[in-house]
Amino acid sequence: MRAVHDRGGWPGAGPIDRSEHHLEDWERRTDAMVQLLASPDKRVIRVDEMRRAIESLPPEQYESFPYYGKWLSGIEILMVEKKILTREEIDRKVAELEKCGR
Amino acid sequence: MEIGARFKPGDRVRVRSGNPPGHIRTPAYIRGKTGRVEAVQGLFRNPESLAFGGEGLPRQPLYFVGFNQSEVWGRYDGSPLDTLRVDIYEHWLEPA
Repeated sequence: MRAVHDRGGWPGAGPIDRSEHHLEDWERRTDAMVQLLASPDKRVIRVDEMRRAIESLPPEQYESFPYYGKWLSGIEILMVEKKILTREEIDRKVAELEKCGR
Repeated sequence: MEIGARFKPGDRVRVRSGNPPGHIRTPAYIRGKTGRVEAVQGLFRNPESLAFGGEGLPRQPLYFVGFNQSEVWGRYDGSPLDTLRVDIYEHWLEPA
């Protein structure tokens, strides 16, 4: 079966939305995090790993997450996989920030 | 042209079929199709290994392969002269 990201010739997908949109702060930060993690002097991750991590998202998440939402999920998957963060640490921090209303 | 490149511009090649597990850079719609090598792009680390934390070595020749659109799609309404070009790594190609 074809993977969800492999879109060429996908029936009924319709035209690509090429319109630009304003980037939110979280989107810019996500981009910066990936640039930093993948920079040649750090090389904590490679962009190829990011692609593979994003491709591993459940299809319903892949379809519904915005572009940088997929990036964020990719970072989380790789940080947990590389034992840099645990899922619990990420969830705890998210809960903390939600409590602060941020 | 490149050291270790098995094919040269002008060679007819067939893209391998199948859907192996892992991270693949060869799109599904082009697998099993026959095209012509237009250029050897150079040697690059294999992304299928890099994607899982490997070093991607040995470097793989990457080819710019041209296909006829009407051969790629079952139903193609455009001109029969339309072509499609895809970057494909050597291990996905066989002589045709």
